[in-house]
Amino acid sequence: MNGTVTGKIISVNGPIVKATGLNGIRMFDIAEVGPDGLIGEVIRLIKDVTIIQVYEDNTGLMPGDEVISHRRPLSVLLGPGLIANIYDGIQRPLVGISKACGSYIKKGIKLSPLDVKKKWEFTPLIKAGTNVQEGGTIGEIQESPLVMHRVLVPPGVSGKLTSIVDTGAYTIEDNLYTVDTASGTYQGKLAEYWPVRRPRPSRMKKKPFLPLLTGQRIIDTFFPIARGGTAAIPGGFGTGKTMTQHALAKWCNADIIVYIGCGERGNEMTDVLTDFPKLIDERNGRPLIERTVMIANTSNMPVPAREVSIYTGVTIAEYYRDMGYSVAVMADSTSRWAEALRELSSRLGDMPAEEGFPSYLATKLAEFYERAGLVETLSGNDGDITIIGAVSPPGGDFSEPVTQHTTRFVRCFWALDKVLADARHYPSISWIDSYTEYLHDIENWWNNLDSQWLSVRNEVINILLEDHRLQQVVKLVGTDALPPTQQFTLFVAETIKNAFLQQNSFDPIDKFCSPEKQLKLLKTILNLYKRGLELVHAEIFVKDIAALDVVAEIVRLKSEVTDEEIDKIDQYEKRLTSGFDSLKEKITEV
Amino acid sequence: MPSEIEYTTLSGISGPLIFVTGVKGVGYGEIVEIRDGSSEIRIGQTLEVDEQVAVVQVFEGTSGLSMKGMRITFVGKSLEIPADRDMLGRVFDGLGRPIDGAPQVITDNMMNVNGLPINPWSREYPRDFIQTGISAIDGMNTLIRGQKLPIFSGSGMPHNLIAAQIAKQARILTAEEEFTVIFAAMGVKFDVAKFFIDSLEESGVLTHSAIFLSLADAPSIERLVTPRVALTLAEHLAFDEGMHVLVILTDMTNYCESLRELSSSRGEIPSRKGYPGYLYSDLASIHERAGRLKDHKGSITQVPILTMPSDDISHPVPDLTGYITEGQIVLERELFNKGIYPPIAGLPSLSRLMKDGIGEQRTRRDHAEVAAQLFATYAKVKRIRALAAIVGEEELSELDKVYLKFGTRFEEQFLCQGYEENRSIEQTLDIGWQVLSLLPKTELYRICMEDIQRYYLSPEEGISCQM
Ligand SMILES: Nc1ncnc2c1ncn2[C@@H]1O[C@H](COP(=O)(O)OP(=O)(O)O)[C@@H](O)[C@H]1O
Ligand SMILES: [Mg+2]
Repeated sequence: MNGTVTGKIISVNGPIVKATGLNGIRMFDIAEVGPDGLIGEVIRLIKDVTIIQVYEDNTGLMPGDEVISHRRPLSVLLGPGLIANIYDGIQRPLVGISKACGSYIKKGIKLSPLDVKKKWEFTPLIKAGTNVQEGGTIGEIQESPLVMHRVLVPPGVSGKLTSIVDTGAYTIEDNLYTVDTASGTYQGKLAEYWPVRRPRPSRMKKKPFLPLLTGQRIIDTFFPIARGGTAAIPGGFGTGKTMTQHALAKWCNADIIVYIGCGERGNEMTDVLTDFPKLIDERNGRPLIERTVMIANTSNMPVPAREVSIYTGVTIAEYYRDMGYSVAVMADSTSRWAEALRELSSRLGDMPAEEGFPSYLATKLAEFYERAGLVETLSGNDGDITIIGAVSPPGGDFSEPVTQHTTRFVRCFWALDKVLADARHYPSISWIDSYTEYLHDIENWWNNLDSQWLSVRNEVINILLEDHRLQQVVKLVGTDALPPTQQFTLFVAETIKNAFLQQNSFDPIDKFCSPEKQLKLLKTILNLYKRGLELVHAEIFVKDIAALDVVAEIVRLKSEVTDEEIDKIDQYEKRLTSGFDSLKEKITEV
Repeated sequence: MPSEIEYTTLSGISGPLIFVTGVKGVGYGEIVEIRDGSSEIRIGQTLEVDEQVAVVQVFEGTSGLSMKGMRITFVGKSLEIPADRDMLGRVFDGLGRPIDGAPQVITDNMMNVNGLPINPWSREYPRDFIQTGISAIDGMNTLIRGQKLPIFSGSGMPHNLIAAQIAKQARILTAEEEFTVIFAAMGVKFDVAKFFIDSLEESGVLTHSAIFLSLADAPSIERLVTPRVALTLAEHLAFDEGMHVLVILTDMTNYCESLRELSSSRGEIPSRKGYPGYLYSDLASIHERAGRLKDHKGSITQVPILTMPSDDISHPVPDLTGYITEGQIVLERELFNKGIYPPIAGLPSLSRLMKDGIGEQRTRRDHAEVAAQLFATYAKVKRIRALAAIVGEEELSELDKVYLKFGTRFEEQFLCQGYEENRSIEQTLDIGWQVLSLLPKTELYRICMEDIQRYYLSPEEGISCQM
């Protein structure tokens, strides 16, 4: 089935090249185009014309230039060394490129995604002579201090293990083991290629049941996402998509993070690259970079490679999922990916559907988010992928095609609100327009922490909803026209917004909030509401309650009490009670 | 290898495009020279090539070209310009050719105007605070060396004045280093260009500046090259010569219109408002050329200016720009009409790089909190003003009235300042505290107690400091 074919370019239009003479070439095969051997992929076959999208700057290509294909599909190289690495959309190593050609990315550079010389300390876990199944573990490598890399028998390979090397140091090119399969001998190595557009198989999908804890209060408490779930973060520019993605990549409790910068700013990837090696994960005392893989195909890098970048990222995620890990994929931004799709399809002359996007946009989005999930891996373990995609709607208008189609395929929607962002209320996730469908899936986990969790959460949400309703009235008549109880609701809602919902990613304490602290803050605020309401009924002024020192201090608890000292919050509860008592005494004296 | 062949026959002319038939050995993206019998040579670039036809965009436009009698040669490479330190103090046209009477700069250093994408790995995250002396910028939307921070304006508003004031006053607190300005004008009138040249001269930086002019009377398609030419020189100065370069690009809306024109003459499927679907990527290829590089001394800071058609920030040009740049300085008609200079909108303006460039040792420890509090408080002012418009000011609560007072003071004392007024960051933050101290301490929930104790002005102090 392999064998090299060659052909000639007949036309060049942007990154789209047409060629003839490539007999027997197949869809999604890679081709080397022109004198520099630029990497391209076959995206359409029409009679004897092959249409190729080129993943590098192709100025200078001309009709008559040669195209060569080894008839292999565009693939990702999977093996140890992915962690802490950064790649472009088609998995070219950016560190290697920088060493080879300096600060700028030149075209025609061919480098292995993984270091072929590096020796990895491999420990075999089974002996020759045993039968192995696809997905079974052959041995282990400590890939980073945080990641034990399990070397698995690739999908489709089963049979008797006829040989395996001893414990020792091996490169990704060394022969490690052989399996006698029905179709011949399989030669196993540390690394394998996998076609980027084909999902890696698992036994079956399962229903998610654990929350992906993010340390972000509005997410964990109000709009939680499950491990293995999908979420979208839509928002106009400057509303906080990237910051939210960064916060999740830093603090969520997945084992592995795949961060895809898809058509966005170069400096944002630099930010990750400079921050993550320094940031220490308190759960294990190690730098965050040791669990992170980065894909950067920024807005100024070739557009076709941007289209591939999300598949490259999710394929790497599946590879770690198959080892039994919990993987979180951040894609910032899926809209730029959709635009890449639009640009290519328009160059191909496809009939556009809405706003110039091709009619297959929805299918492609569905396929992408479908690669998330909690699965039983081929070896029978659990592994999961959570996908969180940023969406950048033009003009911040959610009725546009990418946002609309995305809502059909994600079960968690964190809608960013321009008004909140303008007031620098971050994260500007709207508590009115956002939703999650995972609440019931993960409820049990929280109930084990505290059986009151759901009721406390719901009561607080109700205060916010009531506030939202009252605000419509306030807009017309002002606050003073409302009865005191409603004024008090507005006051408490304001406190919830400032003391709980608003969370500063740059504050050393506030940037992460443990579930226990979230719950404690919530209970304190609810207490303020319930006890305060009694006072208001007893005709104590809202402004007198608001003027209590302790009330102002509650707003600052989030950034003054660390996760370790949350018992301190109890003291505030006590002071709240005594503050209220003194107010009550005053009124009875009168 | 330049192909020596001259082609004489066109198969079509459409808008800025010509179609050349019978071509051989012509590459995609190559530069084309077109002679129409007069002494003038026009420059073009191939947009599409197949075995028969090359589609060429002509930067000087096609007016006066005919189907026959042309002499067309394909140069065999992309558009290059000489890039050299000697270009400082000079004036060029939109394609980088001198128009100040002096000869072309002689150098071996020819650079492709399209540049190459910066490897994200090779970037250095920008962190150096630039003091512009403008409170609304320094205090709330800090400019950082290596940032791309556009001014979103509307017709008639003083964006040029603000950009000139930035160019004039910008300085780094930590060190004195070589600083240059590159100014590129796309489709603006001569007086705008003249204003910039004069103000650069006034502040004594003209000899350290390079000016690229593709004015309103120049062919529209030329504008597509102008920012690239300017940035190519900027890259040389910043990363080969180690200078800190401030690039002012005005007016990017004109640039985008030229791109739309080109796209529609190619018959491409438009996305919003007739702009091509690739406008985002095209703009990114310009703005992403700002930044800093590891192991390099210099930097490129971009201040692009664009006018929002009908002051509409959701128009594709400002919208896509905002998605690319590291924030935006938005000018507001309402403030402008109130006579406030600079009319920098208090809420939609943003500097994304501010967070890492301010604080203790960089500016002052209370900076981030003061900024956050000003934003939050001013947002509330806007809400209360809307309410006051309905129920009347008398009906407002006492606290709401204090907020309104804050709003006015904030606009008149903090935002408003003179074109010649150069405030230090300490002055800016102190004025911030003066206006914030109008509010009771309990309302300053974005500021930690420690800083409130340190900086909050009691009523007497507040009044005595007032200007
Ligand atoms: N959680 C947060 N805490 C503090 N600041 C934030 C937060 N989220 C966003 N911001 C501020 O908003 C700016 C824009 O956020 P960003 O995530 O880059 O927006 P987007 O990706 O939606 O364009 C940031 O530079 C930062 O100043
Ligand atoms: Mg972003």
